[in-house]
Amino acid sequence: MSWFTRKDKGILTPTESKREAPDGLWYQCPSCKKAMHTREHRLLAYTCSNCNYHEKIGSQEYFELLFDQTKYTELDAMLSSGDPLTFIDTKRYPDRIKATEKKTGLKDAVRAAHGKMNDVDIVIACMDFSFIGGSMGSVVGEKIARAIEYALQNKIPFLMISKSGGARMMEAGFSLMQMAKTSARLAQLAEAGIPYISLLTDPTTGGVTASYAMLGDFNISEPGALIGFAGPRVIRETIGKDLPKGFQSAEFVLEHGFLDFIVDRKDMKDKLASLLEMLK
Amino acid sequence: MRTLLEFEKPIADLELKLVELKKLAIDNDVDVSAAASSLEKSIASLKKETFSNLTRWQRVQLSRHPERPYTLDYIENICEEFIEVHGDRNVADDKAMVGGFGKIDGQTVMIIGQQKGRNTKQRQMRNFGMPNPEGYRKALRLMKMAEKFGKPIVTLIDTPGAFPGLEAEERGQGEAIARNIRDMFMLKVPVICIIIGEGASGGALGIAIGDRVLMLENTWYSVISPESCSSILWRSWDFKEQAAEALKLTANDMLGNGLVDGIIPEPLGGAHLNYGLATATVKKVILDTISELNKFSADERISQRIDKFTKMGVFQ
Ligand SMILES: [Zn+2]
Repeated sequence: MSWFTRKDKGILTPTESKREAPDGLWYQCPSCKKAMHTREHRLLAYTCSNCNYHEKIGSQEYFELLFDQTKYTELDAMLSSGDPLTFIDTKRYPDRIKATEKKTGLKDAVRAAHGKMNDVDIVIACMDFSFIGGSMGSVVGEKIARAIEYALQNKIPFLMISKSGGARMMEAGFSLMQMAKTSARLAQLAEAGIPYISLLTDPTTGGVTASYAMLGDFNISEPGALIGFAGPRVIRETIGKDLPKGFQSAEFVLEHGFLDFIVDRKDMKDKLASLLEMLK
Repeated sequence: MRTLLEFEKPIADLELKLVELKKLAIDNDVDVSAAASSLEKSIASLKKETFSNLTRWQRVQLSRHPERPYTLDYIENICEEFIEVHGDRNVADDKAMVGGFGKIDGQTVMIIGQQKGRNTKQRQMRNFGMPNPEGYRKALRLMKMAEKFGKPIVTLIDTPGAFPGLEAEERGQGEAIARNIRDMFMLKVPVICIIIGEGASGGALGIAIGDRVLMLENTWYSVISPESCSSILWRSWDFKEQAAEALKLTANDMLGNGLVDGIIPEPLGGAHLNYGLATATVKKVILDTISELNKFSADERISQRIDKFTKMGVFQ
């Protein structure tokens, strides 16, 4: 990856990048290699003006794109990880958390907020892949469960934006049970007749796919996103063959009947607001 | 021919000596009772010592013992009568997931579980106990049928994971498991889930949302197998023992962390050494638990089920 992509460390550092962003910075599309101003890229909802490649973005960017005037109330913002198993692999788990907090400025791999989208009330929970691969531990499960509860109590539609490699291994059994916890709250939301839209973004795999991400009244995605239960590497090793082109892409998943539609990120806000309006 | 795990071998050696000693006595008409009884004592104490100090990895090995009772062995030993039913009414009949109505002490119960194979041919047919999406959909169909007829549900969990194959992805493995997890919360009948062997990740959880989740003594239940955990976190397959320790995946660990509701004891040395005793214990637990759960109304069970799982997690 070259120095001017969003993945570059220097640019991801929140305060620095914003201050220096005016005109000097360039974004190069990793797909077609076209260079464009970061400002133009942002105006296009972080998609490429040439090939429409949808760059991976985090909760901050999605909240800015979807909430009216970027105004929202964050829910349970301070919740942070414990170390229930005193887990050590090559590193102590609490050290890994601390280092990741410092690097990303995030408390864990999901943020939840209440705001308005084209004047329609909505609760959005959005995952951040930059936090240990968007892995699902107790904090992720708890924040999502609480966001659903909040939507349930206030009768507000819920939008979940998933982006995850799956389980947080350092929380083992606790991580697994977050699939159950979030699905339990979604069962209650469904019984109450409150709309749930699940947006699966690039990439969504593992336990997240096998729980809340696939349980929307509407399961939707962005062009080209990778969506699957097992990761491509594991499947390749299991079947001992190369995978067909486009396997596990959003388009593939749509074709097999597990997505309702794929939406261009530039049209996302209007389309979702219209959909929710129809359900009123 | 018995399959012996490394830590079972010293015991088997002593047992063989005892057999030889007794044969010697008969062949030569000599009295060996003193020697035999001392040998028997050594065997008993070695067994006790070995099996009260198992490492987590050794428990994982026992959970996968090729002679361990599988779902259909429990069904055969527990039920007076069993009628297996097949298919998800959609794509296929998944032979890695079996189920049907059975009678236990005169009581009709829906029993569902992953099924492993005993020999090469069976293993292939059962896909090593790794269900495809239609296995999970078949399980859900049977659970809803049990609910319709007001019969309690028992699930027996024994899987190295949901199958990570190409067709499984095409037919929505993730969606199938997710739907099961969500819909099991709302089942109006009592649901008892028992880990009888391996409880690997979402593939296990897809039939493991219950009013009581119990683990047999020598089983494991976690988000990933020790081998895969080793390969991802240590970037090598060689750290499976450390991974097993780190994952805290045994029945004791899971009960201690409040992630399961109880442990079912096994015969000394493991369930594979005494099918009769192992299955009788499970039968008693099922009957006792059903009558305990029948004290609650359907709504009470559902809200307790939801409360239990939504409390799981550690954070600040
Ligand atoms: Zn491009």
